[in-house]
Amino acid sequence: MLSELRTMWEVLKHTFTKAETVQYPEEMPYLSPRYRGRIVLTRDPDGEERCVACNLCAAVCPVDCIALQKDTREDGTWYPEFFRINFSRCIMCGMCEEACPTYAIQLTPDFEMCEYDRQNMVYEKEHLLINGVGKYPDYNFYRVSGMKTATKDKGEALNEARPIDTKSLLS
Amino acid sequence: MPMIYVDGQEIVVKQGENILEACLNAGLDLPYFCWHPAMGSIGSCRQCALVQYQNEEDTRGRIVMGCMTPVSEGARFSLKAENATQFRKAVVESLMLNHPHDCPVCAEGGECHLQDMTVMVGHRDRRYTGKKNTYRNQYLGPLIEHEMNRCIACYRCERYYRDYAGGKDLGAQASHDHLYFGRHEEGVLESEFSGNLVEVCPTGVFTDKPFLKQYSRKWDLQSAPSICQGCAVGCNIAPGERYGKVKRVHNRYNDEVNGYFLCDRGRFGSGYLNSDLRLDYAGIKNPDGSFFAVHQQQALDTAVEWMAGKKVAAIGSPRASLEANYLLREVVGSKNFAPGFSDQEADLIGSIVNILQTTKSINPSIKQIETADAVLILGEDVTNTAPRVALALRQSVRNKAFELAEQMGLPPWQDAAIRNLAQDQRSPMTVVSAMDTRLDDVASTCVSLAPDDIAAFGHAVAAALAGETTDNTEADAAAQMLKAAKNPLIVSGSSMAHQGIINSAAAVADALNQATTMLSFCVPECNSLGLALMVADGSSSSLKALAKRAAKLDALIVLENDLYRRGDKELIDQLLASGTKVITLDMYENDTLDQSDLVMAAASYAESQGTLVSSEGRAQRFYPVHSPAAERLPSWQWLLRLAKITGHKKLAKLENFDQIVVACAKSSPLFAGLVDVAPLNNFRDRGSKIPRQTHRYSGRTAMNSDVSVHEPQQPKDHESPLSYSMEGLNRDQPASLIPFVWAPGWNSNQSLQKFQSEVDGPLKGGSSGVRLISSSQTGAEISPQVGKIILKPHQWHLVPMEQIHGSDELSSHTDEIAELAGRGFVAIGRKVAEKLAVTEGDGLLVKQGEIECSLEVRILSRVAKNCIGYSAGYSETQGLTAGSLVGLEVDKAWRRSGPEMIASDKAAFEQVIGGGGASNV
Repeated sequence: MLSELRTMWEVLKHTFTKAETVQYPEEMPYLSPRYRGRIVLTRDPDGEERCVACNLCAAVCPVDCIALQKDTREDGTWYPEFFRINFSRCIMCGMCEEACPTYAIQLTPDFEMCEYDRQNMVYEKEHLLINGVGKYPDYNFYRVSGMKTATKDKGEALNEARPIDTKSLLS
Repeated sequence: MPMIYVDGQEIVVKQGENILEACLNAGLDLPYFCWHPAMGSIGSCRQCALVQYQNEEDTRGRIVMGCMTPVSEGARFSLKAENATQFRKAVVESLMLNHPHDCPVCAEGGECHLQDMTVMVGHRDRRYTGKKNTYRNQYLGPLIEHEMNRCIACYRCERYYRDYAGGKDLGAQASHDHLYFGRHEEGVLESEFSGNLVEVCPTGVFTDKPFLKQYSRKWDLQSAPSICQGCAVGCNIAPGERYGKVKRVHNRYNDEVNGYFLCDRGRFGSGYLNSDLRLDYAGIKNPDGSFFAVHQQQALDTAVEWMAGKKVAAIGSPRASLEANYLLREVVGSKNFAPGFSDQEADLIGSIVNILQTTKSINPSIKQIETADAVLILGEDVTNTAPRVALALRQSVRNKAFELAEQMGLPPWQDAAIRNLAQDQRSPMTVVSAMDTRLDDVASTCVSLAPDDIAAFGHAVAAALAGETTDNTEADAAAQMLKAAKNPLIVSGSSMAHQGIINSAAAVADALNQATTMLSFCVPECNSLGLALMVADGSSSSLKALAKRAAKLDALIVLENDLYRRGDKELIDQLLASGTKVITLDMYENDTLDQSDLVMAAASYAESQGTLVSSEGRAQRFYPVHSPAAERLPSWQWLLRLAKITGHKKLAKLENFDQIVVACAKSSPLFAGLVDVAPLNNFRDRGSKIPRQTHRYSGRTAMNSDVSVHEPQQPKDHESPLSYSMEGLNRDQPASLIPFVWAPGWNSNQSLQKFQSEVDGPLKGGSSGVRLISSSQTGAEISPQVGKIILKPHQWHLVPMEQIHGSDELSSHTDEIAELAGRGFVAIGRKVAEKLAVTEGDGLLVKQGEIECSLEVRILSRVAKNCIGYSAGYSETQGLTAGSLVGLEVDKAWRRSGPEMIASDKAAFEQVIGGGGASNV
């Protein structure tokens, strides 16, 4: 008897507490910057695509929803010819972001991805690519990599010595 | 067998091997870089360090290099000892000091031996804060990409390229931490085996350039066991496919055939599979000469309509599978079936088959060729006609070195010591040819003779061996050389288009009359020998005979064969353009196809399965790498469906590929072994088919989602024991069913050692392939007659020169191969060049009767008297006939091609002219 009364008391007490329900979408919830939502491809500080098509995100993806094909720019640098994420399969686990060696792929605090047609959940590169650096403002992979690019000769990358002259005895 | 202890564990080892091999054989993971099973040890990378203890009481031990330490009874080692693991970790750390931050943009990533070893030793964080060394790269031709920054100085590339493959233009330069591996200047790598650098390099210094253009990671490639279609050697390959394209070809180990290495035609010559010339749909010819696409059924119905109750003949193909040829022969009947050889080729290969069946000598595998200690090559430039055999011949001349090493008590893996000991001493090799061959540099004697004289030379050697006295001292010397050898080898072939040479080679082999004598013939195409075996009973027709009957025929079926490459234009025109309905099955557009009335789009070797018989007589199975694109069908399926619709008595009962193999095996006692070539369709490994995809295959739910988000079921393979899936095990299955190599912790191709029964030994699943021809006791019957051609003044004997790049029909449709092939050429000696006042790159008119060919001049150092060579199989030389007598004249209208431009020049050139699309002429 006592137990039943206590239960009723506990329930009725909640009549006077503040409601936790949020009037979404009129009222937007707070999402932290690290929230794992819609995936984007970012650009480096110079405005170039960061993705070098290394395929690590696709390899690590547990639902295999990323497909891409590597292509080469005129200066020899790599970029994705196409980059496709099937969001109808994506589970927003963030492993692709963790695997990405160039900070290209990042998850954003946007979860509002409802579609009437599942086909519209397939995002190509033009849908994924944003005009910004995302969470990592400074990183540019090709400044660190030893590869020659249009703007950087051999030996000009971070922490690199000038190219060796193999025909010199004095170096 | 000695017993050693590794970390207290007793291991039985083989006498004479080193401790690294012993550890790998025992399944232990001991990291290494510079050691290679085919090239032995030099102890340069210091990676395979372990601790050796004096005895049971010794607790300190000393660090030794595994690859340089021979095993001995009771020796004690430790892999796990603290100082050994620390040492190995430190070695990787120092190798990584200068290694660039390239893995994401490196084509080796994901199959990199350096990555594997770094993870294996546990090195993680870079402590060194100094600057990294950098290097400039070189342009090395269209096949190999160079990125020198990634080098760890293991010397494998140089040891492979120079010591193993006999190349001269790649080596180590500079010293200490400035070591550089490259050419003395930029340029195309000269060796025909340069592609193996991709697999030999433990990191990404040398990578596959064509693959890089359409790159996918190893884990994303769908692979299947396949057989190279580039020549008749039958090397085992593993092509990798993604997004419907065959992206690269990797070596597939077969200890008796190709071992670890392929030639460049085999590795890079499959680019034609993705070419625009490929057919996607069947087509019926419009009156205006164009084709309109039809569905498979419509094509079959049309064919049946043209064939039913009519006179039908068919032409097979030495580049099609045995099964497809068999079905075609059964459909039209033996008498109406021509094998699709040119008539000359049919005689030559027919006689080779006959000799191989009757000779007392062994028809050797490549592994056996490597054991030869005296070689006589009659008329063949093996490097261009059977490249992988030439690589084996280069190893055979080292047997002298191994013999010396044995006398000194040196184990055969002591590579540097043995090379030092032997210096230039080689086993003898005599090359008798009309022109320079690519083996001249290792030959002890080179003899330049016209084709007829080569045959006479061969018979003279045979006579000398039989004890007759000859007045030919060179032939006597060759006979002495063969007589003194334990494993003599005679190599000849059909490339000179000369019956006498083939006969003389057989005569030499039988005159030797030794149980260990080896006789090897090079034949032109991947299934030449199989097809010759099929028509060995003599009941089949020939191109000439069919051309005579052409007017009476109602329909003619041509299987995967461009007939204009087989005979005179006139003869083929007569065959195709005489009102007969021509039905062609082929995979790409060619002249024969243009003359056809109905075309059926055939699947390539990467989309179908079949059996090929190599020049060794080894029948091997290839499997589809991916299911046929568009409306292509494997030829055998087209023909089986055709046979079923026409209600063919025998064939209508056959339901699947296995039943065709059984029927084919029953058709001739020579083919009895076919049923054992590979496991049947119902083979299962622990309940599953063998997966073509790696367990890390990515993108399955996104690859096709641009077309439809609803994922289709994986294609089903009902004909083979392989599946288009990642489910199942790729371990310990029969060798003919290994699609790729991978083992935990071993992502690179070095994981192969986990599939071998022992280091450098056969695979755990055996050696694949079944030999259909064995030598007999009767001895070959050879006519000793040799013709002699009398030349008029200003006449030359025309000698065909097969080229590794350019002479092969299919691979020459690959861009990179076409670039290397260059223009069709005529090869002359220095004296003739002086007489005609031409230099290399000028033009000459070669006049053969009515036909005139304008060809580029190449000047050779060694040419037989009155002989000139021409690039066989090129489109420019298609009218020329081997062995004919021709005139020469300077071509006044000739325009020299521009100087060859290398990448850096091109970039500079484009900058100068403003980057506009300039051609390099």
